[in-house]
Amino acid sequence: MIPIEIKNISKSFDKTKALTDISFDVNEGEIFGLIGPDGAGKTTLFRILVTLLLPGNGTARVLGLDVVKDYKKIRKSVGYMPGGFSLYQDLSVEENLTFFATIFNTTISENYDLIKEIYQQIEPFKTRPAGKLSGGMKQKLALCCALIHKPEVLFLDEPTTGVDAVSRKEFWDMLKRIKQQGITIMVSTPYMDEAGLCDRVGLIQDGQLLSIDTPANIVKKFPHRLLAVRSAETYRLINDLRKSNKTNSVYPFEDCFMDLMGGNTISKGG
Amino acid sequence: MKQFIGLLRKEFYHIFRDYRTLLILFGMPVVQLLIFGFALTNDIKNAPIAILDHSKDELSRQLTQKILSSGYFILVENLESEDAIEASFKKGNIKQVLILEQGFASKIERDGSASLQILADASDPNIARILTNYIMGIVNDFQNELMKDTKLPVEITPEVKMLYNTELKSVFMFVPGVITVLLLLISAMMTSISIAREKEMGTMEVLLVSPLRPIQIIIGKVLPYVILAFTLAVVILLLGYFVFDVPVRGSVVLLLVYSIIYIVLALSLGIFISSVVNSQQVAMLISMAALMLPTIMLSGFIFPVENMPWPLQWMSYIIPAKWFIIIIRGVMLKAIGVGLLWKETLILFVMIAFFIGLSVKKFKIRLE
Repeated sequence: MIPIEIKNISKSFDKTKALTDISFDVNEGEIFGLIGPDGAGKTTLFRILVTLLLPGNGTARVLGLDVVKDYKKIRKSVGYMPGGFSLYQDLSVEENLTFFATIFNTTISENYDLIKEIYQQIEPFKTRPAGKLSGGMKQKLALCCALIHKPEVLFLDEPTTGVDAVSRKEFWDMLKRIKQQGITIMVSTPYMDEAGLCDRVGLIQDGQLLSIDTPANIVKKFPHRLLAVRSAETYRLINDLRKSNKTNSVYPFEDCFMDLMGGNTISKGG
Repeated sequence: MKQFIGLLRKEFYHIFRDYRTLLILFGMPVVQLLIFGFALTNDIKNAPIAILDHSKDELSRQLTQKILSSGYFILVENLESEDAIEASFKKGNIKQVLILEQGFASKIERDGSASLQILADASDPNIARILTNYIMGIVNDFQNELMKDTKLPVEITPEVKMLYNTELKSVFMFVPGVITVLLLLISAMMTSISIAREKEMGTMEVLLVSPLRPIQIIIGKVLPYVILAFTLAVVILLLGYFVFDVPVRGSVVLLLVYSIIYIVLALSLGIFISSVVNSQQVAMLISMAALMLPTIMLSGFIFPVENMPWPLQWMSYIIPAKWFIIIIRGVMLKAIGVGLLWKETLILFVMIAFFIGLSVKKFKIRLE
């Protein structure tokens, strides 16, 4: 059975097109990354898949169940972690986890093995209100809450946004271990560097799916050469590079510049 | 069932951890009741007056004694001449001046009539009217006593008796009123805010993507507030009973059952509000503006509905508080039972059915 099947999904809000004709499958036991900038339609697609929104056109199946007709069954067997922190801030770590275990008709001890590794990291703070945790710990708690009922598919909408680099890395290590338990994971992120950690990625922009492949293939298929150029005079550098007819496009990127080369010549900034 | 208890427990955590709100919830009725009961009363006691007695005879002294011993008035000064009246009023510390004419007793004996002039400070017309009525009453009484002695031919004197609230205490009116307004406000506002908070914080998304059914989510939200509001109603009743001697003449059980019905109505209104709004602020504004004002103005709590122009009277029919006030006053003060209140009871039930039906229809199993 294919855990997630998406066929020709479109969705618009009033006149804005949020998603245009999206189709892809997510295979069993893989980490599928949906990569795209803010406003690309990632959250809309997630909400359609977890039955929170109705698709405008097209059909989608999660665990072989239709997202419109069988929404009740889907809600029982998926784990969903929405973008932004959506736990009860005034409840403690333990109370949050107990609450989510109870509403899914299970207990913490029943599925403790699954969350053990993650939960142990936040267990020292289990009496602290969730609102007073650091960003990284909040995400770990939210992941525990989404996992506590042993879902078959896990939907994580931008789980690492606003989390520091170390916690992000830890978070991805955890996802790999969850995957080993046989849980299919669909995750979205605006960070390109996280794409390489997925089994397969889909690039999405302005509601359209640009390409789907393994990270390695996507890099391989990239037609241009990619260079990072660094300089003490960044503003002059970016202007000079843009003037040069050998560059395809130049973007500022953190402290260096992406320089997409059209030809074979390699130029280095001074 | 276990899921549902989990929901309830979570809701109670929210309520008890937000101790500021809890303090306001329980502090507000107490303060309101004390303000309404002690400060905002229509009864006037110990009004300062001055007396100008031109005759100073047996009868005039008897009459002024009777007036002063009523408890409504306090004598500030005895004036000696008409010139002093203006000055006495201007000093601002008296509400009325009583002037008894020259030869008060002899005139009554000779002509059977004498006059008494009441000058009232009508810059506050209500107080002036009430005080004047008090004096008229006392004078009437005095007249009757005199007639008994002189054995004049039979005369018909109207005898007014104030039923259910013999002393015309306004706190009798305020206790049921405060219960009505507060239960509605708290129940409707608290549920609408707490559902709106789940939407605002994004936790509603997580609740929806769970095996919980919408009806479970709604009842889980409502039940804690039923308990809270009911406790509050009991607190107000006890306060009224012990501090202001407001009795519950009818059946206490019936009163409490009616309170629960009314609370459920208020909560269903709250759920309805929350199904239309998405943020806590809007939920609060709607409950405050759309519920508090009409409830206080049009329910008959302070202003009698019968004196309003007919569009307002019509509007008052759709205000739940109007019907509950009739019920609660009936049960508390007149000791009447369900038999005489079936119309109001029916209206409450129809309103509950209407709002619950509407909310269930409007409750979103999805985000849009």
